[in-house]
Amino acid sequence: MPHDHHDHSHEGMSPSGHPYRADQDGPLSYWQNMEIAVRELLIEKGVVTPEQVAAQIEAMDARTPANGAAVVARAWTDPAFRARLLEDGSAASREMGFDVGPMKLIAVENTEDVHNVIVCTLCSCYPRNLLGLPPDWYKSRAYRSRTVREPRKVLSEFGLDLPDDVTVRVHDSTADMRYIVVPARPEGTEGMDEATLATLVTRDSMIGTGVARLPNS
Amino acid sequence: MTDGRRWHDMGGDAAGPVPGDEHDFALWEKRVDALMILASGAGHFTVDGLRRALEDMGEKAFEEMTYYERWIASINQNLIEAGIYSIEELGAKMEEVSARGDTYGEAADAS
Repeated sequence: MPHDHHDHSHEGMSPSGHPYRADQDGPLSYWQNMEIAVRELLIEKGVVTPEQVAAQIEAMDARTPANGAAVVARAWTDPAFRARLLEDGSAASREMGFDVGPMKLIAVENTEDVHNVIVCTLCSCYPRNLLGLPPDWYKSRAYRSRTVREPRKVLSEFGLDLPDDVTVRVHDSTADMRYIVVPARPEGTEGMDEATLATLVTRDSMIGTGVARLPNS
Repeated sequence: MTDGRRWHDMGGDAAGPVPGDEHDFALWEKRVDALMILASGAGHFTVDGLRRALEDMGEKAFEEMTYYERWIASINQNLIEAGIYSIEELGAKMEEVSARGDTYGEAADAS
């Protein structure tokens, strides 16, 4: 069952390539009602302000996989940064302006012999500071259950068939510890600058369910 | 589960194909996420409190409710437990909200 995250038709899709979900215009659901009620109660009680909620959403929208891609491209081009990133992912990403907060961020690097993939079997922990909000499938029962049991099969469902001699390492995130995959730098990218390299780094390549794009693909 | 694991501890279980669908988050879902960050940042509960309520909801809620539906339910439970507002206040506010209109857009607009 192949995934088609990158080659599906974009008709009727949002700019980021996902289907729109009914939002403001659908009938008010019980849980949407609760969201409005909780938010207004928190405002009335002085716990939050409407401006804080709006600012939080703005910050959320600004966190995209482009953050992670910038970190990866820096690691590909700057050996000293790569060493710092692998040594202490939290500090290295903070250095680039992507604060992970109190959590520990661990960067794991793909090589010719090793492919890393991340999951959160217990819930949906995800390196939000570098990738934004997790995709739906990352939070699904199927991905959470099977990635630690039959990772090669799961990866092949994403269209990634790894040779048997490549070791697959699965990293299970926790509430306090997040992983990011540093994908292998593709062949034929020698001489490319950091910004161009970053365009090759997909979200899925940093989760480990994909690899970096080849140039001109 | 018969091996002592709770339902949410699903690593290694058998399951079907990974679903390929994704959606962009709706405004109300982003607001739920923002409320979690702000209310926990203000010290009223922690991410562990969020997870505790999510896990206690059980497997049926996981299967039948969406991600942010479960989150707002958990946030609400934590805030009531923390004494930020009472369940009566919540009930009254939800009635007030639903009286504003039939859509999220109408109900979210208090003016």
